[in-house]
Amino acid sequence: MTSTTMTMARALNEGLRRAMERDKRVLLMGEDIGKLGGVFRITDGLQKDFGEDRVIDAPLAESAIVGTAVGLAVRGYRTVVEIQFDGFVYPAFDQIVSQVAKLHTRTDGVYTMGLVIRLPFQGGIGAIEHHSESPEAYFAHTAGLRVVSCSTPNDAYWMIQQSIEHDDPIIFCEPKSRYWEKGEVDLDNPPRGLFEAEVRRAGTDVTLIAWGSQVKTALRAAEAAETEGVSAEVIDARTLAPFDFGPMVASLEKTGRLVVVQESPKTASLGSEIVAELSERCFYSLRAPGMRVSGYHVPYPPSRIEDAYRPSVDRVLDAIDRVMGFES
Amino acid sequence: MVGEELVQLLTPEGERVSHPEYESSLSGEEILSFYRDMVIVRRICNEATSLQRQGQLALWAPVQGQEAAQIGAGRALAPSDFTFPSYREHGIAWTRGVPPADMLRVFRATSTGGWDPQKYRHNVPTVVLGNQALHAVGYAMGVQRDGAEEAVMTFFGDGASSQGDVLESFVWAASFNAPVVYILQNNQWAISEPSSLQAKIPLYHRAHGFGFPGIRVDGNDVLAMYEVTRRALESARVGGGPTLIEAYTYRMGAHTTSDDPTRYRIDAEVEMWKHRDPVERTKRLLTREYKVKKAAFETIGEEAEAVALQLRADVLAMDAPDPISMFDYAYAAEHPLIEEGRREMIELGISGGPA
Repeated sequence: MTSTTMTMARALNEGLRRAMERDKRVLLMGEDIGKLGGVFRITDGLQKDFGEDRVIDAPLAESAIVGTAVGLAVRGYRTVVEIQFDGFVYPAFDQIVSQVAKLHTRTDGVYTMGLVIRLPFQGGIGAIEHHSESPEAYFAHTAGLRVVSCSTPNDAYWMIQQSIEHDDPIIFCEPKSRYWEKGEVDLDNPPRGLFEAEVRRAGTDVTLIAWGSQVKTALRAAEAAETEGVSAEVIDARTLAPFDFGPMVASLEKTGRLVVVQESPKTASLGSEIVAELSERCFYSLRAPGMRVSGYHVPYPPSRIEDAYRPSVDRVLDAIDRVMGFES
Repeated sequence: MVGEELVQLLTPEGERVSHPEYESSLSGEEILSFYRDMVIVRRICNEATSLQRQGQLALWAPVQGQEAAQIGAGRALAPSDFTFPSYREHGIAWTRGVPPADMLRVFRATSTGGWDPQKYRHNVPTVVLGNQALHAVGYAMGVQRDGAEEAVMTFFGDGASSQGDVLESFVWAASFNAPVVYILQNNQWAISEPSSLQAKIPLYHRAHGFGFPGIRVDGNDVLAMYEVTRRALESARVGGGPTLIEAYTYRMGAHTTSDDPTRYRIDAEVEMWKHRDPVERTKRLLTREYKVKKAAFETIGEEAEAVALQLRADVLAMDAPDPISMFDYAYAAEHPLIEEGRREMIELGISGGPA
């Protein structure tokens, strides 16, 4: 096994490189992704190595970035699109929802929309407005799309390659606050399938479910809970549409208690979907109602106060206390 | 309408006019075959309108008045070119070989596509205004990367010319020198809104601002439409970049069968455009210059009737699809919610469709 330590940013870069080496019809397109290597340097050096025809610096028009990727897909190319920041994806929303999600259906399967829309998402980097949002629920809601999120460099390396090889369109959510954290990457074998959740920490009293940046928050909360005598299991959802409910059900049947940790606001969120589905599937195992620790129902605040908005270890511990407080 | 800025080779009276840059290359036989296409497309359109009025279609978007714009442009295409239509391109679909019944599937609400786009090199209709302009540019970027000598054509109207996607596609087509020919059918009306609401300058002028040629053509003149489009396609195929062709025409009918144009436009305008009819002027030319006999026109008329008759039979035989088919192509790969939906539909015996 060849294993090496690298940041998530580097892992994504290496994953993209491998995918491009493997398949000449893989293209990258986005704003500033060429010479600059992207504002987060995810595509650093790729234009130099693969040329301007394959690593395309796009004019500043998000609808066009996605819309032309649709046309390229019709022509048989697999384009990995970089949306510079979560808050800039909305001009492309129409193309994503009306075309990317539907063209496979409308053509009775003649055209597959094998494109990947990379979306640096969530907050925690002290950015200005529109640079810290969690729009994953908008896309998860849309039939025809798939949504995934990585939380470790190893997952980043493999999931980006698996997404590129997949025939359905994928919204690939990258937790930008974790870009610079290092981890072990196994260069030979993928950890698991793209559409599988992973238990990051085993526990017996409560199940914490999170994705992207919040996996780390959940893990830290689980450690803190341990000191108080509560054993928390942490599941990294990894795939957000569709969810991999199997490991979640197995966990909940054991713990009977559920807390979902997410950065987006709570209403009509993915956390709501998880709680609803698991309530249906695990009704007789539940010892408390499922809780959601979420961003508040306000536009993302100025980042000087974002730590009060994003789920914190304390807020997760408070939710754990609440679900532990229900007697059955 | 007629002025120096409009490319016209055939007047409404059916007389040839010369143009400093364009000259018709078509033989009498070819013009007759263009005429035939226009007559058949008009007949298909009328049959579809009748079918809608008889409750056999959910909706129809008539193309009457725009036959020359579409047949002229469509006949200029090479088989290897690719086209991205909006929803009124029945004439283009005809030139690409799409069976007329397939054109009506979307309007009978039995499909959301209608035909195999790869077989006819003609994508399925795009209803969200302007989306397809970006698909055309993306496809054209693929053509460039493949090193192919192919052109891509896309269609939109005066209304959609206000859409961001169309304007963004102009930027991209220019920046990447994409082999795209835009056919902007300015039919004067976007449902009830006049083209003057969409643009304060002639629409073809917009191309100049983006850095590529824009040409206004008499969209009811099939000879001019063919020549201008042919040259634009040839240029695109060999690296000449995009061209915007504004086909100046008129929507003789309603926007769709749900529309009532008498609420927003005056009869005199419609009457004026009747005199510019694309089919009649071609017939006059064929009669005068090529001495085409009445019998030949009658034969074409009979052929159009046969197409309409077949279309009617095909449409009436077109049943609602099996509801379970809605799950077939939502995803290319397996998906748990698709399996769940399919299972539920079977277990509950859901049959779907109007009772």
